[in-house]
Amino acid sequence: MRGHAFWISLGAILAAGLALPLALHNDYYFNALYVILQGAIMAVAWNILGGYTGYVNFGSAAFFAVGAYTSIALGKAFGPSLPLPLMIAAAALVCGLIGLSLGYLTLRLKGVYFSIATLAMAIVFETLINNWSYVGGARGAYILTPDSHLWFDSYIEMLFVLMLLLTLAAVAISRALNASRLGRGLAAIRDDEVAAECAGVPTLRLKLASAAIMGALMGVAGAPYPYFVTFVDPASAFSLFVAVNAIAMPMIGGTAHWIGPIVGALLVGTMQQVITVTVSSELNVLLVGGMLILFVTLAPQGLVGLALKFRARRAR
Amino acid sequence: MIKRRSFVRASLAAGVISLAASGSLLSFAAQAAQPIKIGFSMALTGGLAGAGKAALIAMEIWRDDINKKGGLLGRPVEFVYYDDATNPATVPGIYSKLLDVDKVDLVVSSYGTNEIAPAMPIVMRKKLVFPSLFGLAVNDQFHYDRYFQIMPAGPEPKLDWSHGFFALAKEQKPAPKTVAIAAADTEYTLNAAAGARKNAEQAGFKVVYDKSYPPNTTDFTPIVRAIQASNADLVYIASYPPESVGIVKAAHEVGLKAKMFGGGMVGLQFAAIQQNLGPLLENIVNYHFWVPAPTLKFPGIDAFLKKYEEAAKGKGVDPLGQYLPPYAYAYMQVLGDSIEATKGLDQAKLAEYMHKTTFDTVVGKVKFGKNGEWAQSRVLMVQYRNLKPNDLEQFREPGAQVVLYPPQWKSGNIVYPYKQ
Amino acid sequence: MLSLDLFANAVAAGILLGGFYAAVAIGLAVSFGQLDIVNIAHPAFIVAGSYIAWALNRHLGLDPVLIGLLASPLFFLAGALVYRVYYAAFERTGQESLSGLAFFFGLMFVIEVVLILAYGVDYRLVTADYIGRSIRFADIELPLRLLVPFAVALALTGGIWLYLGRTFTGRAILAVAQDRLALQLMGADPVRVKQLAFGLAIATAAVAGALLVVIGPVEPSLGRAYIGRAFAIVVLGGMGSIGGMFIAALMLGVVESLVATFVGPSWSPAVSFGVLLLTLAIRPSGLYGRK
Repeated sequence: MRGHAFWISLGAILAAGLALPLALHNDYYFNALYVILQGAIMAVAWNILGGYTGYVNFGSAAFFAVGAYTSIALGKAFGPSLPLPLMIAAAALVCGLIGLSLGYLTLRLKGVYFSIATLAMAIVFETLINNWSYVGGARGAYILTPDSHLWFDSYIEMLFVLMLLLTLAAVAISRALNASRLGRGLAAIRDDEVAAECAGVPTLRLKLASAAIMGALMGVAGAPYPYFVTFVDPASAFSLFVAVNAIAMPMIGGTAHWIGPIVGALLVGTMQQVITVTVSSELNVLLVGGMLILFVTLAPQGLVGLALKFRARRAR
Repeated sequence: MIKRRSFVRASLAAGVISLAASGSLLSFAAQAAQPIKIGFSMALTGGLAGAGKAALIAMEIWRDDINKKGGLLGRPVEFVYYDDATNPATVPGIYSKLLDVDKVDLVVSSYGTNEIAPAMPIVMRKKLVFPSLFGLAVNDQFHYDRYFQIMPAGPEPKLDWSHGFFALAKEQKPAPKTVAIAAADTEYTLNAAAGARKNAEQAGFKVVYDKSYPPNTTDFTPIVRAIQASNADLVYIASYPPESVGIVKAAHEVGLKAKMFGGGMVGLQFAAIQQNLGPLLENIVNYHFWVPAPTLKFPGIDAFLKKYEEAAKGKGVDPLGQYLPPYAYAYMQVLGDSIEATKGLDQAKLAEYMHKTTFDTVVGKVKFGKNGEWAQSRVLMVQYRNLKPNDLEQFREPGAQVVLYPPQWKSGNIVYPYKQ
Repeated sequence: MLSLDLFANAVAAGILLGGFYAAVAIGLAVSFGQLDIVNIAHPAFIVAGSYIAWALNRHLGLDPVLIGLLASPLFFLAGALVYRVYYAAFERTGQESLSGLAFFFGLMFVIEVVLILAYGVDYRLVTADYIGRSIRFADIELPLRLLVPFAVALALTGGIWLYLGRTFTGRAILAVAQDRLALQLMGADPVRVKQLAFGLAIATAAVAGALLVVIGPVEPSLGRAYIGRAFAIVVLGGMGSIGGMFIAALMLGVVESLVATFVGPSWSPAVSFGVLLLTLAIRPSGLYGRK
């Protein structure tokens, strides 16, 4: 997508998002959209290390949960009147640093060893938080909804707009990475790291940047979560679903292009939201599982890959 | 002779009046037939699904019973519910949908603290009455005046939970001195352990072992052995079903000796687990909310349990339903009775009625007190006795589970010590 | 509280538990360690095995371990079928790493839901003569509920180790992991060999499932808790080494047990996975892995 077209579309989406609270007064839609947008940020973030650079992260839930718990810890330390943007910035910093250390790990570990290490890291973090009584430990923490929601009709409308801003920022960052020299370097690492190193690509620096950005974005996705759900405990924050969705959404959308994770998140996220309030039973889990298998078997390059193939075939 | 004009006028008037009458009668009938919608989320998949599904069955029995009698206020009762998959993140969205899109008239809670708490902000904002099913001390955080909890924990839920265990211990002679506390790393169990710690201190006991364990622990032999090594007189455990089974089996294998053993183990009230453990449960003193003891023969409970057993066949849930289902039925009774008594769906009036009334339900008399919890605690301390292996039927009879505490529900005396 | 008796018992309990962990991980040691197939759904297959064991134990009264052995040919066929699909969709086209992973995630959910629909969500437990009894060996208490799974796991591991090392097809499996082209030149079809290996891996899930339900109650989503442990054991032991896997499993069991007894059980996961991270940092090929 050309530069101008991209920024205009972003602006249009933002405007639509701001106008939505004026048109819709049903909080339900904002709740559903919040969850979908959260998934989108996680998917975009994951794809930076996973799709662009080729390092599969199994421990996405750890970054998300640490972001959430950063909010909780700050809220307990400085009181609930601390503005949310500050908590988001703090979460980005903390999780970015964790991502950085993950980047150093890639020096020693490649491929599936790296993935197992991310899984182990997630479990270690979960145990640490389970034993940290300041934020409630395994007992969980209650976060009461603050009274102020600026000029919006309700708190969830404000959270939705905030999440929309964050998502658009994440997409812009992801696209900038994809198209830039940095992105080409990451692609080189994904295709053949040794060859890239030989060709003069500063692989370590790029991997560190990629991991840190991924970590920071996932922390950002997690920071407002306590305010959305009111009760957080390590088991639900570190849940398997967060990790699976972070991988499934980019996979289904397509990992090579920056728009892939967004497509995947919108499709999978919306489907999950709709199914929860319609079919709503074990069949929900069956559908997600079945969809995953189907897409991955029939469309391994994701929907974006399919679309590109289709376009190429038409051009012939 | 009637003039033609006045005849026309009269018949016109009659026509208009009868049209208006039938119109209002029709709309009244339409209103009367319009169902009352009660909305909620329930754990139908995920970790709490076993109990969640059983609760749903009980609630549906209530709905069918009510509709057979003509519904509430002459209107049929309908449920609108969604599976929250034991995932708290789905709850705000679900309650939002129920209220804003499905436009339900009333809401009740899901099962368990993790699923009740996320719904509180929405419910509080819309000022709705919120009957809740089995969450420990949720309202301690919110202090919402329209929250009602059907679990009979009592006005100080965290302390009342284990109070009976330690009260019984204190009565024994010679008095026990030391306590071991072990709990799973989850919300309910840690709260129960905190309460146990306080109760132990207040009773003058010394805590010699106090640890928590991760929920997916496979083998409890090391933990039970460590407890054994501490030589505690009283062993208080707060655990969830798979762990409760593991701990009881390990206790038996290690040969745990204590004066009292049990306390806050979830799962020992479930039919499948009771049947499997059988004699391994002998002399364990644990919490429960209803057992078939002669002191607890509330009107309607036997009839309800029969209906439940019938409905639960083949659904892969607890076949006897002695733990959660009677309370799930009771809290719908509370709601239904309040609606009939206040003759409407006004949330403020319902809340006021629920606060001041003592309800008659299948679990006996229910009265709410501070924070919407039970005015008086009715956490039963039950001891398992004379159990045969692999026998489900014995749990239908009074002898297998003897109520030791509180005194007004007592059906037998404690066998003390547990094992020496 | 550092009594020798407590220490010895903790180590013994850890060894027994570690044996069970080996039974859980051995299928993965073959499918992941040898064939590099990231089968996240392996614990789900194990839980399915538990349910088969429970159902037949309930209705026919057979011993759960026996049922596990009897059911393994069925699981073998299921494994072979799954591999066929996996090969056609991913390996042939070279997509295996990420797509294969997502495939197995999906399969894990599907298996879970099928179990929920078939058996419900209530906890299931089995009854057997040896559950609840212990034998005493010196000052050490050995519960049969854990000793029997240990013995079965030992036999299973030994059997597979012998099979891979001594039989023609077994060696073919080892070969296909090391050098696929050479195997083809030797006249064996690599795809059929891999299919056999994957079938074998899933067959072990039937037995591991029976052991799981002997140790404790099962419900459909129980498998999720074992994903981390199973992969950790295979990686720690070294990809491709069956003996290494067994030792890693014992190590994990003993560490968990000692931490639970002397420090506090809530730190066990951090210690176990911390050990894994350390091993990966120092020696990524694990204890006995091929380079």
